[in-house]
Amino acid sequence: MSQAPLLRVSNLTHMYGNRVGCRDVSFELWPGEVIGIVGESGSGKSTLLSCLSTRQQPSAGLVEYDTADQGLTDVYALSEPRRRMLMRTDWGIVHQNPRDGLRMGVSAGANVGERLMAVGARHYGRIREQAGQWLDKVEIDPTRMDDQPATFSGGMLQRLQIARNLVTHPRLVFMDEPTGGLDVSVQARLLDLLRRLVTDLGLSAIVVTHDLAVARLLAHRLMVMRQGEVVEHGLTDQVLDDPHHPYTQLLVSSVLQP
Amino acid sequence: MSTGYNFAYLDEQTKRMLRRALLKAVAIPGYQVPFGSREMPLPYGWGTGGIQVTAAVIGADDILKVIDQGADDTTNAVSIRRFFARTAGVATTEKTREATVIQTRHRIPETPLSEGQIMVYQVPIPEPLRWLEPRETETRKMHALADYGAMHVKLYEDIARYGHIATTYDYPVLVNDRYLMRPSPIPKFDNPKMDNSPALQLFGAGREKRIYAVPPYTSVKSLDFEDHPFEIQRWDQACALCGATESFLDEVVTDDAGGRMYVCSDSDYCGERRDEVEQ
Amino acid sequence: MIDVRNLDKTYVLHTQGGISIPVFKQAEMHVDKGECVTLHGPSGSGKSTLLRCLYGNCKADAGAILIRHGDGQIDLTTAAPRTIIALRQHSLGYVSQFLRAIPRVPAIDVVAEPLRAMGADLSMARDRAAALLARLRIPERLWQLAPATFSGGEQQRVNIARGFASDHPILLLDEPTASLDAANRAVVVQLIIEAKARGVALVGVFHDDEVREAVSSRIVTMQPEVCS
Repeated sequence: MSQAPLLRVSNLTHMYGNRVGCRDVSFELWPGEVIGIVGESGSGKSTLLSCLSTRQQPSAGLVEYDTADQGLTDVYALSEPRRRMLMRTDWGIVHQNPRDGLRMGVSAGANVGERLMAVGARHYGRIREQAGQWLDKVEIDPTRMDDQPATFSGGMLQRLQIARNLVTHPRLVFMDEPTGGLDVSVQARLLDLLRRLVTDLGLSAIVVTHDLAVARLLAHRLMVMRQGEVVEHGLTDQVLDDPHHPYTQLLVSSVLQP
Repeated sequence: MSTGYNFAYLDEQTKRMLRRALLKAVAIPGYQVPFGSREMPLPYGWGTGGIQVTAAVIGADDILKVIDQGADDTTNAVSIRRFFARTAGVATTEKTREATVIQTRHRIPETPLSEGQIMVYQVPIPEPLRWLEPRETETRKMHALADYGAMHVKLYEDIARYGHIATTYDYPVLVNDRYLMRPSPIPKFDNPKMDNSPALQLFGAGREKRIYAVPPYTSVKSLDFEDHPFEIQRWDQACALCGATESFLDEVVTDDAGGRMYVCSDSDYCGERRDEVEQ
Repeated sequence: MIDVRNLDKTYVLHTQGGISIPVFKQAEMHVDKGECVTLHGPSGSGKSTLLRCLYGNCKADAGAILIRHGDGQIDLTTAAPRTIIALRQHSLGYVSQFLRAIPRVPAIDVVAEPLRAMGADLSMARDRAAALLARLRIPERLWQLAPATFSGGEQQRVNIARGFASDHPILLLDEPTASLDAANRAVVVQLIIEAKARGVALVGVFHDDEVREAVSSRIVTMQPEVCS
C-alpha cells in the first residue's frame, strides 16, 4: 500500500448562487482505488466531479493531487499550463455523452492520437501504432482506425472515448455516467472492459453513476450523495448490503430487480 | 492623383492606429494584434486588410506592386494598384525587383526578396487554430500557452486519408519558435520563402480585424511529422512559356478538347525569363 | 485469528417507519488457526449477519472484531475501507450463498480472480482454478463461459472454487452447500477438512446437519436477539 493519497479533497463546497451544488465534501482517494459517487439526479454528483476535475472552480475547499514533482498540490493553485498538462497526461475524463469527449470531425485514430500529439509526439508511424493498440484494447477493430466516429455505434463511441483518455496512461480517470444511455448488453461489455482496464493498469477512478449495479461492479468504495451532501460513505458492498442512512436505504430498496 | 482624399485614402489618426498595431506585431512575431479595421471602398474578402496595412506603411516615394494569384494583371491586382496610384500618387510597377511594397493575395514572388522590401499579405482567416477550436477565448489561451499539439491532428488526418500531408495552401507555420501562424492562402510551395526572409512581412485581416507580422530574418517553420517531413509541390512539366522548372505552375485549360498547358503563376517572373531568352 | 468482542447489531429500517430489529447483543467469538467454527441457530438468529460482520459487509453498532492480518491485528469495526480491502485481498476469504456473476467473464477467470488480486501470475492462477473446477465437477466445456447462464448448483460450485482458490488464512462460508447434491457436498466437506489441516481458520453457517457434524471443530449456538 502506498503512503500518500493520490487525491485529497477537503471541505469542498460549491454554491450556485443560493443553491447548493455540493457541500462540505471531504475524502481521500488512494492509488488503485475506484470510488463511486451515487445519488439521484440533482444530488450534486456531477457538480462534485466538475469541481474535482478542475472544470468548475469550487466556492470553497481544497482539492489536492499528488503531482510527480511536488507531492500533494492544490490543483486550483497550479498554473494554467501545468493544469492543462495534468489534464492530458495524468488525468482522463470520460463524459457521459461520448460526443462531448471526442472530436467528431476527425478519424478514430486521430482521436486516440491527439493526446499523444498534444504532449509532443511527432512521429506519425508511432502515433498510429499506439492508436491501433489502444483501439484493440477497447475492442474496436483496428481496421476502423481511419473511419469517422460518426459511423460508430454508441457503445463503440464510448469505448473510443476511453481509449482516447487512456493512451497517455493516466493515473486518475473521472467518469461521469460512463454507461448512461447505452442498452444493457452494450453496458455489460463496457463495464467488463472498464473493470479489466482499471485492474490491469492500476488506475484510480472516480465514477459518478446513478446505477447501483454499475457502482457495485466498478467501485471499491461508495459515497452516497443527497442534496449536495455526502450522507453515507463506505465499502461498496457494505453500503449496498447494509445501508444505514434513510436515503441510502430508500435508494437501495428502489432498485428494480429484473 | 485624385483630389479630395487624404494621402493613401485613410486619415492620419487611423494610419497611426494601424502603425501602432504593426509595431506591436513586429515586436511579437506571429502574434495576432487586434486593430480597428475601417470600412474600405471595396468589399471584405477583396483585400481590405492588406489595403489598410499598405496605406499605413506606404510613403510618397514608395513603388508599389500588387499581385493576385501571382499575376499583376488580374482584376483585384489592377484595381488595388489603381486605388493607390489615385489616392497616394505613388509609382507602381510589375517588377518584383523594383518594388518597395508588394501587396499580395495567394503568392510570394519567385524572384527572391531583398532587404528593405515590405510584403503585405491579404488574410481571410488569421486564426490557425480556428478549425479545431471555435472559441476565441480558448484559441487565445492556446496561443498564450503555446498549446499547439492538437494542430498536428489535422496533418495526421491528411496522412491517414491521403497517405501524405494533403494540405497544400495556408499551411500552418511556427514563427520564431513561438507563435503558430496562418501564412494566408499562399501555396505551401511558398512557405520556405518566408523562412529567414530579408524582407519585412506584414499580414492584414480586414474582416477579422487582426494584424500580424514576420520581421526580417525570422525563422518560419512549417509543421510536420518526423517520418512525414514537410515537402513542397513539384511538377513533371516545365513552364510552357519560359521553360522554368523551379517555379509554381498554374494549369491552364486551352480548349474544349481537354488541351491544357502549365505556366508560371508569377507573371513578372515568367516575363522576365522570356525577355532574357529573347536577348 | 478472529476475536469478536461485545458485538451489537441492530437493523434500523427507515423506509418502514424506522423500526429497529435487534439481531444480536454482546456477541463474543474466538477462532484459532486450523479451527472450523460453525454458527448454528434458527433462522433469524443472526448467523449470516454475524458472518457478514466478520467480512466487513455489515457494520456493527458497537464492539470490536479483531482479525489477524499479516503480523498484526485489524479491528474491522473501525478500519478504513482501503484497509478492509487489503484485508480481504490477503487474509480474508468469503463464500457467499450466491455467485454475483459478472457479465462476459469466463468461469475460470472468476475463480482465478482472487489469486490474481493477490499477485499470482495468470497461468498459475488459471491452473489452480482449473484444478478446483475439476474437483467440483464443473465440466471443462463450461470453463470458458460466463457463469451467468449456469444452473444454480453450477454457479454455487464456481463460487466455492473461487473461495478456496486463493487460500486465505481465514475463510468465511455462508451456506456453501445449500444447493448441492451429495457428491458435491462431499467434495466441499473434503475441501474444508483440507483447509483446516493447512491451518486455515474457518467460520461457517451450514443448514445441513451432516456437513456441520463433519467439519465443525466447535459449534456456536445463536438465538434470536441473544447470543451465547
